[in-house]
Amino acid sequence: MNTPVRRVAIAVMAMVLLLMGNLTYVQVVQAGDYRSDPRNQRVLLAEYSRKRGQIGAEGQILASSTETDDRLRYLRQYSDGPMYAPVTGYYSITYSSSGIERAADAVLNGSDDRLFARRLSDLITGRDPSGGNVLLTIDPAVQRAAYEQLTERGYTGSVVALRPQTGEILAMVSTPSYDPNKLASHDADERMAAWQQFNEADPPVLPNRAISETYPPGSTFKLIDVAAALASGRYTPDSQLTAASAITLQGTNTQLGNFNGNACGTGETASLRDALQRSCNTAFAQLSAELGEQVIRQQAEAFGIGTSDLRVPMPVATSTIGAIPDTAALQQSSIGQRDVALTPLQNAMVVAAIANGGVMMQPHLISQVQSQDLQPVETTNPDRMGQAVDASVARTLTELMVNNENSYSGSGKITGVQIAAKTGTAEHGANPQSVAPHVWYVAFAPADDPQVAVAVLVESGGDRNNLAATGGTVAAPIGRAVIRAALGTDR
Amino acid sequence: MSSPEPRTGSPPPAPAPLPTGRGIELVLLAFAAVLVTGALALVEANQEQELTQALLWVGLAYLALFTIAHLAVRRFAPYADPLILPCVALLNGLGLVMIHRLDLARVERALAAGRDTPVELVARQVAWTAIGLALFVAVMWVVRDHRTIARYAYTAGFSGLVLLALPGLLPSSISEVNGAKLWIRIGGVGIQPGEFAKILLIVFFAAFLVQKRDLFSTAGRRFLGMELPRARDLAPLVVAWGLSVGVLVLERDLGTSLLFFGIVLVLLYVATERVSWLLIGLTFFLGGCLIAYQLFGHVRVRVQVWIDPFSDFENTGFQIAQALFGLGTGGVGGTGLGAGRPDLVPYAESDFMLSSLGEELGLIGLAAILIIYLVLITRGLRSALAVRDSFGKLLATGLAFTLALQVFIVIGGASKLIPLTGLTLPFLSYGGSSLVANYALVAMLLRISNAARAPLPRRPPAPLPPIAEAGTELVERPS
Repeated sequence: MNTPVRRVAIAVMAMVLLLMGNLTYVQVVQAGDYRSDPRNQRVLLAEYSRKRGQIGAEGQILASSTETDDRLRYLRQYSDGPMYAPVTGYYSITYSSSGIERAADAVLNGSDDRLFARRLSDLITGRDPSGGNVLLTIDPAVQRAAYEQLTERGYTGSVVALRPQTGEILAMVSTPSYDPNKLASHDADERMAAWQQFNEADPPVLPNRAISETYPPGSTFKLIDVAAALASGRYTPDSQLTAASAITLQGTNTQLGNFNGNACGTGETASLRDALQRSCNTAFAQLSAELGEQVIRQQAEAFGIGTSDLRVPMPVATSTIGAIPDTAALQQSSIGQRDVALTPLQNAMVVAAIANGGVMMQPHLISQVQSQDLQPVETTNPDRMGQAVDASVARTLTELMVNNENSYSGSGKITGVQIAAKTGTAEHGANPQSVAPHVWYVAFAPADDPQVAVAVLVESGGDRNNLAATGGTVAAPIGRAVIRAALGTDR
Repeated sequence: MSSPEPRTGSPPPAPAPLPTGRGIELVLLAFAAVLVTGALALVEANQEQELTQALLWVGLAYLALFTIAHLAVRRFAPYADPLILPCVALLNGLGLVMIHRLDLARVERALAAGRDTPVELVARQVAWTAIGLALFVAVMWVVRDHRTIARYAYTAGFSGLVLLALPGLLPSSISEVNGAKLWIRIGGVGIQPGEFAKILLIVFFAAFLVQKRDLFSTAGRRFLGMELPRARDLAPLVVAWGLSVGVLVLERDLGTSLLFFGIVLVLLYVATERVSWLLIGLTFFLGGCLIAYQLFGHVRVRVQVWIDPFSDFENTGFQIAQALFGLGTGGVGGTGLGAGRPDLVPYAESDFMLSSLGEELGLIGLAAILIIYLVLITRGLRSALAVRDSFGKLLATGLAFTLALQVFIVIGGASKLIPLTGLTLPFLSYGGSSLVANYALVAMLLRISNAARAPLPRRPPAPLPPIAEAGTELVERPS
C-alpha cells in the first residue's frame, strides 16, 4: 500500500503548489487591480487614516484634520466653513471633493512627488505618513469683508479681489455658501442630509460663482471697447461720439437705447470720457461699429477672454464674447450683452491688467506648498500672462476710470484713497424687462499706486424685485468695502 | 536492549535506542510560543494597544497549555512524530492571534456605532482549545493501540451517519445558521456534529476497506479493462458514502460533501492500488456536478460567482470580492499584523480566515502557513508509510488527507481557484467543533505515528529448523 500513499503525498504537494500559484496570481499579478478598485473600501480608509495636510492663509488655518477615535481616523474640519468654501471646497468620504481639496489633492494627501523625501523617511522611521500643507494667497481680512458685505445684505453673488502686480487672489467669495464641515462629517446620515439640502438649495450653494459661472458683464465690458479704441490710435478721451438716447442697430429695425432712455448729456455728441462715465449704450454701439469685430475681439482676447485652460489651480470656466455674426450683434456685444459672458475672476483680471500698466498676471490661489514639517517645498512666483494694452493706454484708462468713480454716487467712499472703477448693469434671462439685472462693480485702488483690483457681481441686483438696481447703488458699496479691507485702512 | 551480549557473535548487534524526538518537540513548541507571542505583540502595537506584561503571561499560558499536551504525548505516545504537535500549536496560536485582532476591530466598530461591546470570540476559542486539548489527551489515553479502533468500525460508521443526519432532522430553530442546517445549538453553545462524523466515518471506511480489500482487487467482473467488485462486497461502502454525501447535499453543506467524496476515493485508491477507481470516481464526480448544477439553484449561483464575482458585487459576489480585495491589498509583504482592514471581509474569522491572514501577512505569510500545513500533512502520510498494519496505513492516510483536502477546498475557495464552499481552515479558523474534532484527529495521527516509530519488542530469535523440516507456508503479499 505504500506506493499509493506516496502518490497521495505527491498529490498533496501538487495541491499546495496549485494554491501557491493561485495566491501568487491574486496577490502579485492582480494585486494592483484589487488594491485600486474603487469598491475596495481600504483605499478610502487608508486615505482617511493618513493625516491630510492643512490649508492655510496668512497664519490662519482654513482646513485641517483632527484625530478621532472612530473608524475613519481623521476628521476634516473647516474654520469659517461657508466663508472659505469657494476656496477650500469640501472633502467627503462619499461625495468626493472640490476646490483646493481637489485641485491640490496630491499635496494634501502626501502623494505629490515634491514630498517624496519625507515619504521615504516616513517609511524608514515608521512615522505615520501625512500630507503636505498648502498656503493660500487669500487675505483673511479681505475675504471676510467681501463675505460679510454680500451675506449681510442677503445677496446672491461673488467677489474676487486680486493683487494686480502678482496675480495673487486676495479674496474669492461666492454667496450663498455652504458648510463643508457637514459634507466631511463621519456621520453618514448628517452627510447625506447635508448633500441633499445643498443640492436642492435655491439659489444653488455648491457652484463657485467666482470661477465656475459666467455672467453677461454689462457695461463693465465698455472698458474693453475703450481699450481697443485707444489702442487703435484713432480715438482719444476727447473723441466725440453720438449722444442720442437711442439708435437703430445697423442693418435691423431694432432700437438700442441708453439706460433709462436718457440722452448722453446735453449736446449732439459726447466725448468718449463722458460716454464711459455715463455708460451711454448708443455711443459704444457707434464706436464698436466703427472699430469692427476684429479689433474688439482681439482686445478681449488680450485681456484673457476665451482662454480655456486657466487654472488657479481649480479649473476656471471659459469666458467668451460669443459668436458675432454681424454688426448689429457686435453693437449689442460691445455693451456686454448678447452672448458675452465673463466669470467674476475674468472681470477682475481685466481691471487688474489696467491697474498693472497693461500687464496681465496669472491669477493664482496657492502661494506656497509646504512639506509636512512646514518647510517650503515650492513657492509660486508671479507669472506674466501677456500685455493686454500698452502702458500709456492703461494710464489713460485709469484716468477715465477715476473720472467714473468720482461721478458715482453711492456709499462707502474712502477718504484719502482714489479709486478707479466701472459699474455694470446687465440684463439677463428670457424676458429681461421682468427680471432684475445682474449688477457689477469693477475697480482698483489707489489709482496712482494700485494695491488691489476687485470685481463684484450681485446676481439679479441682489433683490429679485428691484428692477432699478444698478451697479452704482448695489455693487459699488461692496467693492469699496473690500478695497478698504485690502488697503488696511480700517485695521 | 540491555542484554550485555558481546558485540561479536551470531546474534545481530542491539540497535542503539531510537530517538523519541520529544526534546525536539519541546524546543519547537517553545519556538511556536515565541512566534505566537511576538505576533500578538505586533497586533497590539499596530492597534495602539498598550504593551503590558499581560502579553508575557499570555505567551507563558499558551506554552503551558501545550506543555501539558507535550507531557501527555511523552506519557502515552513517547515515539510519536515530534513535528506534528508543534505545527498544530503554531497554527492554533496564529488563529488565536488573528481572532483577537478581529475582536479588536469589532469592538472599535461597535464603539463607533454606539453599540454594545460584542462578545470576544478569542475567549471562546481559547476555551475550545482547552477542550480540544483535553479530548486530545483523552484519545491518547484511551486508545493505546490504534488497531483496537478497527473493531468498532461499524459502530463508528453508524454513529457517524447519525451525527451527520441529526441536524437535518432537528427543527431549524436549533440547527440552522445562515441557511445551512449543520448545527446543534443548545443554550448559546453550538457544535457542528458533522466535524466529528468526519472522523468516525473515516474510521469506518478505513476498517471496512482493510477487511474487504482483497475482494476489491480480485473478485469481480472485468469491464472495460477494469476489475469491478461484486455489488455485495461494495454495498456497505456505497451505502455509507451515498448516505453521507446525500445528507450533506440536502443540508447544503457543499464543502463537507466534497470532502467526503474525495476522502473515500483516495482511501479506495490506496486500499486497492488501482488508478481505475480514481477514474471511475472522478467520472461520477463530474456527473454529480452536472446534475447538481441542473438541480440546485444555489449551486448555479456558486458557479456564477466563481466565474465572475464582480458581476453581482453587491449581493452574491460580495464576500469573495471582499476577500480578493483583502488578498490583493496585502500583496507580497502584507500590511503587517494589526495594520490592515481584514474586518471588512464578512466571516473574516471563520470562512475567510485566509484573506485576513493574506492581507496582514501577505503572500509570504500565506506561503509559510501553507508550508506548515504541508509539513503536518506529510508527517501524517509518513506515519502511514512507516506503520506496519494496513488499517493504520489507511487510517493515517485518511486523516492526513482530510486535512489536505480541507485546506485545499478552503484556501482554493477563498482565493477563487475553485467555487466557494463553507468550510473552516483546520486549527486557524474560529469554530469550536472543527477545533475539537481536529485535535481528536491529530491525537489519532500521533498514536499511529507512535506505533510506526516505536521499536518492536525484541523477541529471542526462534531457532531455525533444519531446511529439510521446513514446511511450506502461506506468505502474505508485501504491501
